[in-house]
Parts: sequence; structure tokens; C-alpha cells
Amino acid sequence: MSGAVASWLLAAPVALPLGAGLIVPLLRRGRSLAALAAGAGVVAAALLLLAVRDPDGAMELAVGGWSPPLGIRWRADLLAITFLLSTAVIALTVALFAALHLPRAEPALAGRLWAPLLFLWSALNALYLSADVFNLYVTLELLTLAAVMLVTLEGERQALDGAMRYLLVALAGSTVYLLGVALLYHATGTLDLTLAAGAVPGAALALMTVGLMAKGALFPLHGWLPPAHAAAPAPGSALLSAVVVKSAFYILLRLWLEAAPDEHAGRMLLAACGTGAVLWGSLLALTQKRLKLLVAYSTVAQLGYLLLVFPLAVGSWSGPAYAGAVWLAVSHGLAKAAMFLAAGTVMHALGHDRIAELRGLAHHAPVTMLTLALAGVTLMGLPPSGGFVAKWLLLSAAFGTGQWFWALVLLAGGLLAAVYTFRVIGAGFGEAALARVPRRAPQWLAFALATAALLAGVVAELPLRQLQEAAP
Amino acid sequence: MSGAEVPLAYALVGMVVLVRALYALFVRPHLLHKLVAGNLAASGVFLVITYAPDGGPPDPVAQALVLTGIVVSVAVTAYGAALLARLNETSGKPYLEHDHEA
Repeated sequence: MSGAVASWLLAAPVALPLGAGLIVPLLRRGRSLAALAAGAGVVAAALLLLAVRDPDGAMELAVGGWSPPLGIRWRADLLAITFLLSTAVIALTVALFAALHLPRAEPALAGRLWAPLLFLWSALNALYLSADVFNLYVTLELLTLAAVMLVTLEGERQALDGAMRYLLVALAGSTVYLLGVALLYHATGTLDLTLAAGAVPGAALALMTVGLMAKGALFPLHGWLPPAHAAAPAPGSALLSAVVVKSAFYILLRLWLEAAPDEHAGRMLLAACGTGAVLWGSLLALTQKRLKLLVAYSTVAQLGYLLLVFPLAVGSWSGPAYAGAVWLAVSHGLAKAAMFLAAGTVMHALGHDRIAELRGLAHHAPVTMLTLALAGVTLMGLPPSGGFVAKWLLLSAAFGTGQWFWALVLLAGGLLAAVYTFRVIGAGFGEAALARVPRRAPQWLAFALATAALLAGVVAELPLRQLQEAAP
Repeated sequence: MSGAEVPLAYALVGMVVLVRALYALFVRPHLLHKLVAGNLAASGVFLVITYAPDGGPPDPVAQALVLTGIVVSVAVTAYGAALLARLNETSGKPYLEHDHEA
């Protein structure tokens, strides 16, 4: 394939939403259409990147023709393409939901959502493609600004408060991360993750990890997530919980498995934090009175599973554990987006999201209840969902490497997820009138995402095989 | 052009600024204090980045990092200030609320 085409393909996922984000707020009409067209372009570019992928060498682009170390290098390997594509599918569905749901549910927001949503998408794609630690810092900051904008959209006090808390934690996190970058640069003379592989000083790795844990709401630095994610409008919460927090995990994967493959003590510590996240997040999810907060605490718990990959990805089990963790991130993204969109429908239909008062939903909005149930199946890790296949791989790796205690964490988290999912489903039955009857079309979109999370287990064979082959 | 040596003392001062500013970011309740502290913390890191013990020609990469970092830091601080102003208008006080359930 010619170099020019490759450059365009790599630039499109960043340039399209960025350009649309700048133009859309200036349009008088057709804002949704313009945003959706840009989104469709990103999905097409991500599919093409996957189609032309060469397993023996990742596609690269020196942005603006400048080569490293001064220039910026973008790189699309299988991990990047997987995250690009799953983000694209989720973001486009969320955007469609917003176009259909917001004009009726929250007309004041309908026009204001597009700029932060598109900037967020552009920053995410730039993050996936970045191959050096400093560009990752810049894209993390862009991502944070767009994410905080999404949280503020409702404009009331709780939303602004949650947004401010998020911004301050992210600010502290990124400063600590940047100090790690400085140490890495002084020690190795490079910022490139591939060039620094094997030579990352422990202090740099520790600082970057702590900064990323704050940004990614990884236990014990998760406190800011639930108020911020619950305060955003439904399409915003869906993107924040499904993909934005996982960007920190994405960088951790690259740091710990590709750049610093020999830090085994640190890996145990990460998994211990993951265990804390699974248990603490699930328990808090159980005690929440509001649906959006329950879903947000469930994100804290689900992020914990991902950290279990680090001690499990060793020796011959590297491939299965790596593929399992990436697939878990993808399936959880689909299911969590579905859940937050469904919670948006609940808010609209009832005027509140108090779990004790969900009666009538199963009768009057069955699609939304079904969406919550199907997404719950993925969170619990029941077959045939993507969550099941992914956890199965992690479980096998836990027994295969003789670390059965991590298997206990996986099983306990699944049980707790079952309890909090059934709490919501159970509350929806019974006869009661709704404040408003929600529209059908947006409900089917959330349902489609939940179904995709379920099907992610059925169609997993090919992607999992390729991920295992591409494992570092 | 032969560059000046940037001694270790600069990096150490940077670390002190960073730690002191992060401490203020966590303990000061006033949001303006927090924002300024966040900005200062980043400046501390910039001092660490410019550390050049051997006094060779100036390192363009380190300079690019600090320049980009300053731009990012200005953007984040400006956005934080705007958010603070709006929060202050809405709630009447420049502090974070501690109870979210209310």
C-alpha cells in the first residue's frame, strides 16, 4: 500500500472528529448529521486499518514529516487498532443515541454535546496511536479537558463540583506522570516506548503508574469517578465509563508489558490494587441508592479485573492473559455504555434514578430493562458473553501459572456483579405509571450495544487468536 | 553554541517546588489555591526536565518538552479558572462540596 494512503488512514481517526468538533458548533442546523458523518468516517478508517494490517510490522506515520525525537510518531499495532475500533463502535452508537434522545429529553443540551464529545473522541484516538510517553501525556491532558467538559454540561452545582474534583485529581495525576517522563528521558535519552524497552528506571515506572492510576480511577485513587460519571448527561457518562478511564489501562499495558517486562514485584502490587477495586467497588455498588451511581461504582470494580493481567501475563501464559484482558476491556466498554444509556432512558422516563422506585419500567420500557439485564450478563461473566470468554482466559492463566488466589478475585467479583444487577432488575417489576413514555429508537441503540457485548463472546475466536499472537 | 550547564541544584529545587505544590493542592480548601498549586507543581517538573549535567549544546528535545508542557499547563489552568468562576456563581462559594448524596 502506498505511503500516502497509509498516512491518511492513520490521520483520519484523529483529524475527522477534531475538525468536526471545531466546525459543528458553528453550524445553525444539521449539527447531529455533521457529527455523525465524521463519526462514520472514523469507524470506516478503523475498519480499513484492521483490514490492511500487516502482522509483521505496525503502520507508522511521522506527523508533519518530522521524525523523532523532535517529531511525533504515530503507530497502529493490533492493540491500538482494537481500541480504536471498539471506541469507534461505542462512540458512534452513543452519538446516534444522543441525536435521537437528547432533543426530546434534554433539548438545552442537544446542541452543546457535540464539541466536547468529538474532541474527546479525537484525543482518545491520538492517545491510542501515540508511541512515546510525552505524547501520551499531551493526549491524556486533551482527553481530561474534553472529559471534564462533558461532566459540566448539565451545569448544575453537583455537575460542576464533580467536574472540578475530576480536573484537580487529573491535574495532580498528570504532574506525577510527567515527572516519571522526565526521569525516563534523563535515564534513557529517549521518550519512545519501544526504544526505552528494558531500560525504564523503576522510579520512572512507579511515578508514571501512580499518575495513570489517578487518571484512570484505579483503586485506591478512584474516589473522583462516581460523582463525576454520574453527573454527566447519559451519552457523556457512557463514553467516560466505557472508554475514557480505560485509556490509562491502555498506557499501563504498554508500559508494563512492552517497555518494562521484568518488574515482577510491581505487577503483584498492581493486581493487589485491582483486587481492592473489585471488592470495594462491588460492595459500594451494592449499597448505592441511585442507578447512575451504582453503574459508576461497577466501573470502579470492573477496572480492577483489568489489573489482574499484570502478574498473569508471564511465560507461556502471556498470550492468553493479554488477550483476555484486552477482550475484557472491549466487552466491558460495550456493556457499560449500554448500561449508562439505559440509565439515561430511566432518568427521562421516571424523572429520577432512585433504584427503590423503578417499578413500572419492566412493563412500560421492556427494552431498557432487557438492556440492563444483558449488560449485566457481561459484567457477571456468564456465557456466552465477551466477559465470560475474557475471564475464562484470565482464570486459565491464574491456574496455569499457579496463582489460584487471583481466580478467587475473578469469581467473587462475578458473584457481586450478579447481586447488584439483580437488585436493579428486580426493582423494575410491578405495575406503576411512568412520568413519560420514552421513545423506542434510542432504547434499541442501547440494546444493540448490550447485544454486541454478549456476541463478543461468540465471535471471539479470531480476534483472540490474533491478540495472543500479537502479545508482547 | 555551547550550552550552559544546568546543575543538579535546579532539579532538586524543582522537586521541592513539586512536592510543596502537590501538598498545597491536596490540603488547601480554596479552589484558587488548588489551581495555582497545580500550575506550580507542573513548573517544578519543568525544572527537572531541563536538568543538563554535562553542559553540552542545549537539548532541543528537553526545550520542546518544556514549551509544550507550558502550553498544556496554561490551557488546563485557564480552563480550571473558568470552571471555578462558574462554580462560584452557581454555589456562591469557591470550595468543593463534601456531600454528594444531598
